Amino acid sequence: MNIQLDKQGRLKHFLGIEGLKRELLIEILDTAASFLSMGSVKKVPLLRGKTIVNLFFEPSTRTRTTFELAAKRLSADVLNFNIGVSSASKGETLVDTLRNLEAMHCDMFVVRHNESGTAQFIAKHVAPHISVVNAGDGRHEHPTQAMLDMYTIRQHKGAFEPLRVAIVGDVLHSRVARSEIHALTTLGVSEVRVVGPKTLIPIGVEGLGVHVYHDLKAGLRDVDVVVMLRLQRERMQGALLPSEHEYFEYYGLSEDVLEVAHPDAIVMHPGPINRGVEIASNVADGSRSVILEQVSNGIAVRMAVMAMTLGALSEYKEGK
Amino acid sequence: MASFSILNGRVIDPAAQLDSVVTVHIAEGKILALGDAPADFTAEWTIDATGQIICPGLVDLSVRLREPGAEQKGTILSETRAAASCGITSVCCPPDTNPIIDTPAVAELIQLRAQKVGMSKVYPLGALTQGLAGTQLTEMGSLKQAGCLGMSNALEPIANTEVFRYALEYAATHDLTVFLQAQDSHLGRNGCMHEGAISTRLGLAGIPEAAETIEVARDLLLIALSEVRAHFGKISCAQSVDMLKQAQDKGLKVTADVAVHQLFLTDMDVCDYNSHCHVVPPLRSQRDLDSLRQALKLGIIRAISSDHQPHEPDAKDSPFMMTEAGVSGLDSLLPLVLRLAEEMDVPLSKALSWVTSEPAKILGIDAGSLRLGAAADICIFDPDYRWRLKADVMHSMGHNSPFLGWELGGRVTHTLIDGKIVYTYG
Repeated sequence: MNIQLDKQGRLKHFLGIEGLKRELLIEILDTAASFLSMGSVKKVPLLRGKTIVNLFFEPSTRTRTTFELAAKRLSADVLNFNIGVSSASKGETLVDTLRNLEAMHCDMFVVRHNESGTAQFIAKHVAPHISVVNAGDGRHEHPTQAMLDMYTIRQHKGAFEPLRVAIVGDVLHSRVARSEIHALTTLGVSEVRVVGPKTLIPIGVEGLGVHVYHDLKAGLRDVDVVVMLRLQRERMQGALLPSEHEYFEYYGLSEDVLEVAHPDAIVMHPGPINRGVEIASNVADGSRSVILEQVSNGIAVRMAVMAMTLGALSEYKEGK
Repeated sequence: MASFSILNGRVIDPAAQLDSVVTVHIAEGKILALGDAPADFTAEWTIDATGQIICPGLVDLSVRLREPGAEQKGTILSETRAAASCGITSVCCPPDTNPIIDTPAVAELIQLRAQKVGMSKVYPLGALTQGLAGTQLTEMGSLKQAGCLGMSNALEPIANTEVFRYALEYAATHDLTVFLQAQDSHLGRNGCMHEGAISTRLGLAGIPEAAETIEVARDLLLIALSEVRAHFGKISCAQSVDMLKQAQDKGLKVTADVAVHQLFLTDMDVCDYNSHCHVVPPLRSQRDLDSLRQALKLGIIRAISSDHQPHEPDAKDSPFMMTEAGVSGLDSLLPLVLRLAEEMDVPLSKALSWVTSEPAKILGIDAGSLRLGAAADICIFDPDYRWRLKADVMHSMGHNSPFLGWELGGRVTHTLIDGKIVYTYG
């Protein structure tokens, strides 16, 4: 049983891409498109009277802000809680925090946490009327990021089936990579590759349906989409990598390396980017880069996910 | 003291390779006779064990009583009573209490409290190094005098190989068995489950097999060097089994046990972030599970422990990585061993040896058998009774079990310790 779905098979929580069927992912993309087709996204009254809580146990600017914007464009009320992990560890357990917030009569929790499985944990513990949206749990999943990337890919490439996609960098610690892999394989692209040094590629990742490359040029050959992952600076201390300099030399995306990709290849990055570490400035700012489009698409995709999980969409479609 | 007889039960005594319906006669808290009673014996009363199995009380090599130091999880009273209710009459407790069992005073305190309760017999292990810190040896001679059967550094690996060597040699000097739980000091230290395709999928930090096998290899070399008697607790990997076999074939004095949950669960069971499956060492692959079962059959692993680690509910009520590791294992030990006998198609007396005579031998205690003159520590159970493991029927204070909801066979009806009935069902 997938706890993300209600008895009718509709989205109740949005915790991860794994286990969701293709039609549902397409529905998210189409719904996001309907919000964007109204020109720049305007305010709609779909979630008027609903309260959405952004519950962030990990610092985030971009994701939290786009969730907040998305909620406001849907006319929901938004509460922001930034709970430092350190203060959480001082006493109140996660379950206590949830009980307190529930008492404030919320309808949705948007959760980010540094431990894998937290979104699922919260979904299992909240009152039945509350929906949970995962804004990133540890190394596990970051499903709205994956969907906004899918949106961006579809915008530029149309059909998913013929595409070759390479995900480059710190796959081991990346929730974006895992969600992206599930989304791409579910949407039926022709090949997903992961590229990185052995220390940053998790064991058994082939089991998720990807091909592993340790050589960047080989991994990028003829791909249509390049997804660069952010390299956390902390990784330099853990003996996973010798230096930023060497990382960029072997796995940084430069114009030169990008030449082996398909001539129309697009370059994506979930942000925030480390210029000169995983991506050269001229690539990040270059003509193939769609990094800023990803950010604007993020608002529409998050609106779609929020409206769908709160069941507001059917009424909206009928009214249209 | 009372003289009495247990009638009509099927007596299984693995140590004596006995499996037949005979009467057990008990006098002065000891086994007086099996079968015909001596002429001068009169039973003051009897227990009718028709349809039931009478076996030696179980001996469990790894039971955390949680006292002193973590009484919110369990106490000597609650856990020795729970053990007795589950047919377990002797338990060995690792030294990682708080305070740690690195002084005779703590060892004595635990035994005194256990004796006062009068349930399962408690055998503490002393710490191999002071504070389990891996730098300074404990007073092993005094700890032995205070009742410690062996020495262990519990879950703390001793990184310094020289200190480790001396600790083993010093333990050997005092004729003490060293109880080891193999885990490398660094590899997989931040992990919380078996490293493999599933940890990758769930995004949980993994503990590779090598975290155990490297340590087993290192330990075996030092055991050979120091000529100490050593026991590996809670082995989890197929490759460790291979190394143990090689060492045993070479004549090294090494034994091993396996935690019962390793014989039924794999890393697949962690899916959905089930925190009851958060254990150390982690649940491994199906291949490892098969190899562990095979190792029991071949006698490479000779004992099964419950690896009992009771927790309060809060300890398991968090995202997986933040939960505390361990299973409350007393309640499921005997039923799972019975199930194992069935699934592995081995005689019941063989399966029961893994939780009676064999662990007793490893500990060097006179228990786990129905030898004439031995203390009457006896477990009587109904092998055909089917029941479901639920929190409200568990005897341990900790209800953290991955087997909750399982239908189990076999229910203890009576437990005797030194000829005294300490538990009856219903």
